[in-house]
Amino acid sequence: MERASASLWRKIRSRYNLVGNECQNCNTPYFPQRVVCRKCGRNSKMVEKQFSGNGEIYSFTTVRVPPDTFKDEAPYFIGVIRLEEGPMVEGHVIDNGIAPKIGTKVRMQFRKMYVDGQEGLIYYSFKFEPL
Amino acid sequence: MRDVAIIGAGLCKFGERWNSGLKELMAEAGIMALEDAHISSHDVEMLYGGTMASGRFSGQEHVAALMADQLGFKNIPAVRIENACASGGSALRQGYISVASGIHDIVVVGGVEKMTDVTSSEATTALGGAGDQEWELFQGITFPGLYALMARRHMHDYGTTEEMLAAVAVKNHENATKNRFAQFRKSITIDEVLRSKKVADPLKLLDCSPISDGAAAVVLAPLDIAKKYNDTPIKVMASTQATDTLRLAERDSLTEVKATRIAAQKAYEHAKVSAKDIDVVEVHDCFTIAEIMAMEDLGFYPKGKAGKAVLEGETALNSKISVNTSGGLKGCGHPVGATGVKQAVEVVWQLRGDAKERQVDGAEVGMTHNVGGSGSTAVVHIYKRAD
Repeated sequence: MERASASLWRKIRSRYNLVGNECQNCNTPYFPQRVVCRKCGRNSKMVEKQFSGNGEIYSFTTVRVPPDTFKDEAPYFIGVIRLEEGPMVEGHVIDNGIAPKIGTKVRMQFRKMYVDGQEGLIYYSFKFEPL
Repeated sequence: MRDVAIIGAGLCKFGERWNSGLKELMAEAGIMALEDAHISSHDVEMLYGGTMASGRFSGQEHVAALMADQLGFKNIPAVRIENACASGGSALRQGYISVASGIHDIVVVGGVEKMTDVTSSEATTALGGAGDQEWELFQGITFPGLYALMARRHMHDYGTTEEMLAAVAVKNHENATKNRFAQFRKSITIDEVLRSKKVADPLKLLDCSPISDGAAAVVLAPLDIAKKYNDTPIKVMASTQATDTLRLAERDSLTEVKATRIAAQKAYEHAKVSAKDIDVVEVHDCFTIAEIMAMEDLGFYPKGKAGKAVLEGETALNSKISVNTSGGLKGCGHPVGATGVKQAVEVVWQLRGDAKERQVDGAEVGMTHNVGGSGSTAVVHIYKRAD
């Protein structure tokens, strides 16, 4: 991939461990992290927050025409997951034989995403496993 | 603030234009708009050029200066506007602002995209940049994927069906058969849509707008001098825009585009009209579900009711409300930077009574609706005949 690896690499702490944040001014949790709270703007007071990794499927699809990076992976499931703490996040839904449905409970897993070319970096992130 | 009118409109044939690059596409549409406005290249004072990803598609940046250069607009100021798939509509709004403010009289707004020189996988990646690079594209989500997530939830919450989605594509292809500038001049059936290759379930290939080459241009002038150039100037009654989060999952709702709703409300207020006054509308049907949500968010139907209305033919040419008479993004093609300007061109032709076999009878008030990303930007314009 021609894109600078650093831009993806600098988020690994969030991606590997589902670390988001929360505004102490209004108690709104965020995953992924935001620098500025959407509600409080310049008055936001952001502190890191560990998310449990539990959630449920709010919507889902099967991607059959993938971007370059996932060209060997398609088809794969993508879901919008409502985390139990509130925020919604898009991510892969692991194909473990349980067909995803709206409302299916899921749990975060740490997984390989893709390899950057033949000799490039291996990218990892969270995926969600249906329970 | 001065009233603003469109005095010229131009388009090139949309589609796979193997023999034409950015320059040729822009020149074709631009010259047509100048001829329509009865002005020369030297009359133009300012240019706004909409393009989304000319760098990714053609390796060419600095497209506004290139447009001015190619059209013989010697040494005028020119600015590129990039707002993903809403680049064209956003460029139109900037042109409107610059004429309304009194800074410039004659302004050209162009839009262009040359998309077919790259593979579909490269195009998918380039278009993915309209979403959140770090948290959507990185995770393997494509644009059809994002709209599929909206479609699935819309079907779940409101009982919208795949047949209703397919009916949007069928209608827009039917309209495109009557448009000589359209990419697809071929009727399709609901069954063909349902049997087409799956792209991101529940969306199939024929639910998706195509990869296209194309350009469009309009010429703007203050309304009080517009008649000097054109017998039927089209007044811009409202030009509004709104944004929302870049990332789909962070929005208040997956089944409405809030930016559209906000921009539309403001546009109705500014133009002093309501949805029932609109005779013809070009909406942003990048995917069939997008047209259904647009019909609801623009106020034509209550939430959850537009799918059934489309299936029953209420939005076909000269029915209850004529939607996407050009063929829309689906039938006419979707060269992303050109789309928002093309929508204005179609409405200008409709309001002048020049739309030939796809003419909406007695069209007086028109609207265009251009969306960027999965709903992060929405631009709405309302127009009326001013003769």
